[in-house]
Amino acid sequence: MSVFACIETFASAAESSSWEAMGAAQSIAEALGTDITAIIFGENSAAIAADAGKFGAASAIICDADAMSEYRLETYAALLSNLIDEYKPAAVVAVATSQGRELLASAAVDCQSGLIAEVIDLRVEDGSIIGARAAYAGKVLMEMSSHTPTTFVTVRGRAFPPPPINAAAKPSIKQVSPAILDSELKSVIDDLSAEIGAINLADAAIIVSGGRGMANNPAAAPADLSGEEANIWRAKDGFANTLQPLADVLGAAIGASRAAVDAGYIPYEHQVGQTGKVVSPDLYIACGISGAIQHQAGMRGSKVIVAINKDAEAPIFKLARYGIVGDLYEVVPALTDALKARLS
Amino acid sequence: MHVVTFTRSTPDTAARVWVNDEGEVTWGDVGTVVNPWDEYSLEETIVQAKHGGGESTVIAIGSDLHNDALKHSLAMGIQNALRVDETGADANDSLVWSALAAGAIRKLDDVDLVIFGKESVDVATDQHTYQLARRLGWTMLNFVSQIIETDYAAGTIQAQKMLERGNQVVSARLPAVISVMKGINEPRYPNFLGIRKAAKAQIPVWSAADLGISIPAAATSALRYFSPPERETATEMISGNNVKAQAATLVDRLFAEKVL
Ligand SMILES: Cc1cc2nc3c(=O)[nH]c(=O)nc-3n(C[C@H](O)[C@H](O)[C@H](O)COP(=O)(O)OP(=O)(O)OC[C@H]3O[C@@H](n4cnc5c(N)ncnc54)[C@H](O)[C@@H]3O)c2cc1C
Ligand SMILES: Nc1ncnc2c1ncn2[C@@H]1O[C@H](COP(=O)(O)O)[C@@H](O)[C@H]1O
Repeated sequence: MSVFACIETFASAAESSSWEAMGAAQSIAEALGTDITAIIFGENSAAIAADAGKFGAASAIICDADAMSEYRLETYAALLSNLIDEYKPAAVVAVATSQGRELLASAAVDCQSGLIAEVIDLRVEDGSIIGARAAYAGKVLMEMSSHTPTTFVTVRGRAFPPPPINAAAKPSIKQVSPAILDSELKSVIDDLSAEIGAINLADAAIIVSGGRGMANNPAAAPADLSGEEANIWRAKDGFANTLQPLADVLGAAIGASRAAVDAGYIPYEHQVGQTGKVVSPDLYIACGISGAIQHQAGMRGSKVIVAINKDAEAPIFKLARYGIVGDLYEVVPALTDALKARLS
Repeated sequence: MHVVTFTRSTPDTAARVWVNDEGEVTWGDVGTVVNPWDEYSLEETIVQAKHGGGESTVIAIGSDLHNDALKHSLAMGIQNALRVDETGADANDSLVWSALAAGAIRKLDDVDLVIFGKESVDVATDQHTYQLARRLGWTMLNFVSQIIETDYAAGTIQAQKMLERGNQVVSARLPAVISVMKGINEPRYPNFLGIRKAAKAQIPVWSAADLGISIPAAATSALRYFSPPERETATEMISGNNVKAQAATLVDRLFAEKVL
């Protein structure tokens, strides 16, 4: 009986957010008096397993085989389920990414086991694992437990810090074979336009967000644009030339409100909120965002919120630690300059 | 050719939701809406059924609370609605839920494609979709932002998925289960005629016996609901003679608070 921590890999390296699964696994393993087994599939898994040891895995089960070189739900779930059958871990933990969600939910069906999804806190009581999670857009919290010998847990990004590193630790590593071959799959990946190096909103420590107010850019739109087209041009120019420089100084990701996305100011992958991404950065700077309840649902978990809005009555100020009432097109460049001066 | 979608009612996203003295979640007498993520899956179901020259069906699992979402789906233009309700089955557990859902899909027998919304806006577990696909043994494509091509005669689908690392294009064999993202389409509004037709519709209810399945034991239970701790919101409004002074003060504060 161990606790499995699933480490996600991409292009022969561990996704750094995966180490958060080790942090969550550790809180369960300690309470149950057991250790952590890192589960690592894909290219270069032996080297990644060595890193997992430094983050506290006593052992690692790896599968570095052609059939597993690229993440595929069917091959990964089949092998994970077999390993759970064989090793009967008390828990299987992964970060709730698009992979982590589908992989654990599928293996939980294979193993007829309970799954607690998007957990933000974990504890063990009388030997059973209890996960706390947010519901109703964070207006309510709930606790869930599972009654099966193995409990599947996906954890919300940034809810569990990675464990401290012990550079001397060496895990025992076991190499296994794939459960099914990729030639048996009923689907093929034709293309992946990966943005390597792009900052993932869910992992970002700092987020600078823009809303509908981005359209009130004093920069003059090209003369041939008018009405909504001119608004879109001004807003896009603002995201690129006013918010991005601030984000660059801070190493931040760019977020947006739904109003900005729906108006065509910025692509949907930047949307924060109930029908966008749920984020919990250390610092969230909301610029020209009113702070509607559906937007709050996505960013209420931020540690420190800064609001810049020209309307002193905007609801976002109620949530903010610091507020500046003013025109974002004056405040943001001033803030960027002040930070540059301070950080250089 | 048959496209099926699942949906349910969720409290209006603007509603105040709280835990009452009995420890239950309530949103007072504010109404429910169709799960907002499902507006996109409902639209896509209508489009795909039309494209394949086949039928569209919407299914809700659970109590008659979900009739509102089913009626909204019918009003949008989904052809058939049904509800699976089994007293005694804990459909809040996703293993129980997926057993009932898979039973319904097997009973329909001719389903090519099942389309889900990304998640339920209230419980936001995003697990029902995968567990249904796994029980059926069908291909699963999550977070689809565009269906590039479907050929129901040949039994193929090509779709673009929106992943953390970028966009991935996948070709797969049908039958398949997919979940779709906001932005895949522009959901239509129900028109007056649709609303009238939906209001009159009788929605059949299937039990586990109708599906010919036995219900598995629930693997999980919700222990308790509680209110989140109040956010410490001592807002400091930063004023100053000019924006330069304000910006400098804000930077000082952020450094003092060690967020930078
Ligand atoms: C089912 C459902 C789901 C939803 N999901 C989401 C979601 O996921 N995310 C989300 O964000 N919203 C969501 N919404 C929409 C939400 O209700 C709001 O409409 C939206 O968040 C408003 O965006 P906004 O704050 O950018 O725009 P507005 O509310 O229009 O606010 C713009 C703000 O900018 C300020 N401003 C204007 N010009 C300037 C300037 N030059 N300088 C400084 N400030 C300026 C104004 O004072 C104003 O406060 C959802 C709604 C529904 C019904
Ligand atoms: N009881 C239910 N009946 C029908 N559809 C549901 C039910 N619960 C969840 N779904 C759908 O499953 C998808 C994923 O939801 P979830 O796994 O709950 O986040 C959404 O499209 C939901 O509408």
